[in-house]
Amino acid sequence: MNLHEYQSKKILAEYGVPVPKGQVAASAEEAVAAAAALGGKVWVVKAQVHAGGRGKAGGVKLCKDPAAVRAAAEGMLGQRLVTKQTGAAGLPIERVYVESGSEIARELYLSLTLDRERSRIAVVASSAGGMDIEAVAEETPEKILSVAIHPAAGLNPYQCRQLGFGLALAGTQLAQFQSILMALYKLYLDKDASLIEINPLIVTGDGRLVALDCKLDIEANALYRQPALAALRDVGQEDATEHKASEHDLNYVSLDGSIACMVNGAGLAMATMDLIKLHGGAPANFLDVGGGATSERVTFAFELILSNPKVRAILVNIFGGIVRCDLIAEGIINAVKNVGVKVPVVVRLEGTNAEQARAALGASGLAIIAASDLTDAARKVVAAAR
Amino acid sequence: MSILINKRTRVICQGFTGRQGTFHSEQCLAYGTKLVGGVTPGRGGEQHLGLPVFNTVRDAVKATGASATMIYVPAPYAADSILEAADAGIELITCITEGVPVNDMVRVKAALAGSGARLIGPNCPGIITPDECKIGIMPGFIHKRGCVGIVSRSGTLTYEAVFQTSRNGLGQSTCVGIGGDPVRGMNFIDVIELFERDPQTEAIIMVGEIGGSDEEAAAEHIRRFVTKPVVAYIAGVTAPAGKRMGHAGAVIAGGKGTAEDKYRALERARVRTVRSPAELGSAVKKLLGGKAAVSLARPAAVAALRPAVKSKAKAKAKPRTKTPRKSSSNARRKATPQRVAKRPAKKARRHR
Repeated sequence: MNLHEYQSKKILAEYGVPVPKGQVAASAEEAVAAAAALGGKVWVVKAQVHAGGRGKAGGVKLCKDPAAVRAAAEGMLGQRLVTKQTGAAGLPIERVYVESGSEIARELYLSLTLDRERSRIAVVASSAGGMDIEAVAEETPEKILSVAIHPAAGLNPYQCRQLGFGLALAGTQLAQFQSILMALYKLYLDKDASLIEINPLIVTGDGRLVALDCKLDIEANALYRQPALAALRDVGQEDATEHKASEHDLNYVSLDGSIACMVNGAGLAMATMDLIKLHGGAPANFLDVGGGATSERVTFAFELILSNPKVRAILVNIFGGIVRCDLIAEGIINAVKNVGVKVPVVVRLEGTNAEQARAALGASGLAIIAASDLTDAARKVVAAAR
Repeated sequence: MSILINKRTRVICQGFTGRQGTFHSEQCLAYGTKLVGGVTPGRGGEQHLGLPVFNTVRDAVKATGASATMIYVPAPYAADSILEAADAGIELITCITEGVPVNDMVRVKAALAGSGARLIGPNCPGIITPDECKIGIMPGFIHKRGCVGIVSRSGTLTYEAVFQTSRNGLGQSTCVGIGGDPVRGMNFIDVIELFERDPQTEAIIMVGEIGGSDEEAAAEHIRRFVTKPVVAYIAGVTAPAGKRMGHAGAVIAGGKGTAEDKYRALERARVRTVRSPAELGSAVKKLLGGKAAVSLARPAAVAALRPAVKSKAKAKAKPRTKTPRKSSSNARRKATPQRVAKRPAKKARRHR
């Protein structure tokens, strides 16, 4: 689960990580009031969306007087911000964050996330802050520093020094860097984070380290023990269909194609998308209905799929293991009847009682196209969508 | 022969009296798994499904001599259950539970390193040696004893591979679902290493998916150390970057973990890759030539026939010739660097 920058920075501050003073605002008036309350002569107005690349997309504005703050907030609020991470539709800007301006001497990069290869949490740091870190890793890998943390030993001062000296920090900055890192690691564990990314971590004109931006992701599987963080979820930033699916414990991802799929199992669901592509079609979604695949779930899944106007055919691909295929077929027949499916439906059922299931589908009188195997199913659905 | 489990493996179930634990324990018993009891804290001394319930894994191991466990406890308790099993001396821990927090698994993985326990999962279908032992949630009836070792990150895609190899007569030696989480126990390499040394396994099917670089690591391992034919399929060619595709570990992050990268690595290692999961069975059949019928009819002789598998011409020239098993395994050792052949041999012995 993603948090907004203003939410993330509040948590950073609670852990003693220095962040610029700031206030969140939902209207231009609130933004101007926030600037007045913060004081100073320079403010930054930042669009609060769950995506990076805001600066280049016009979602971060430097303002030198209250009128500029008002103009910046008015220009952002109620709009959708399109960055290279959002896709063409962009994300709605419902709030802006007004911050005191900072004088920047250096920009560094700092993040904590899982190192999958080592199964450890790793700290990544770089002197090339404020840039796209993936590009830095690609073009100048020597600028990427990293340490992995053994969960029993924890993060140790020597590791902080190793990174700190690598970033050419010295004296009090080094000590400050260490205390920031220690705080971030504690935060990572306490809050079940999956990513803390500070880009940039700046050295100010007067030599202090400050987290100028922050991206904090919380692991969805751990939200049951993080109720305070779960309450910060902003569903306005999520794809509406994906959100609706998640409320019914279905895994759904919107895609651009015209062939919808309904599959049991995440791996088979991905494979089904790939098969559609392999046979010249384009998948409209990823949908894993899980092992249960009961009549209710299948009905809801059909409703979900059909809420996408681009869908021209549906492929149902179920490998019935412990769940019997004839029961699943019954669910499909009911769902197609109840939901009123207008597009062709190709069904491939394999596993327990698959023969009976095919017979039931054939006898239903509905326009359901039965497929004999995976390849047959993909061919038929691609043909049906044309 | 098989890997990790066989008909003598004594198994317990953690989360035994729960809904999932009960249902799947019944299924495993019906399949013939030597389930010898289960654990539910606070219910020790009771009987469930005609088997004893224990308060702790330690008690269960002491009373039953179990060496394997299957875990169905809810996600918040999964890490604790895995650690309890390892601490009680369980050698093979299979955790079916989905949704275990990654930070829990980071801790568990570090704690298990250096212990004698092997972990399969979490978020996996489990492991099965057909006709002998089923530990997990897979439908037993689709399996058939045979010569293909299957290792996969996905449950239902494993079933597809099983279904195809059962239908075309090859069957399976052992199938291991290693699970869809980013931090898990056994990985492709660990399982493939065991398949390489298992006389019953003549070919390996590996099913990967987007996310991480475990398939790339496996490709490098196969290139260097594996002599048996390997067929691989990677799911998620069409998956968009940055989106989690159902499995916690199935996500392309920072341009890394794409299906194309994995295919390229596998192809460089001369693994036979297929672009459709429907072709797994036929591809492995083709690689094995006419061996299937023989292996199925005489599973014990499979090892003896192994050298012939490498060359189709040779296989045709002397089919069914019984070579002494010893020479065949010696030949294999020569082909594999000694340290690789030796290290896992030691580990695996514990499970026999």
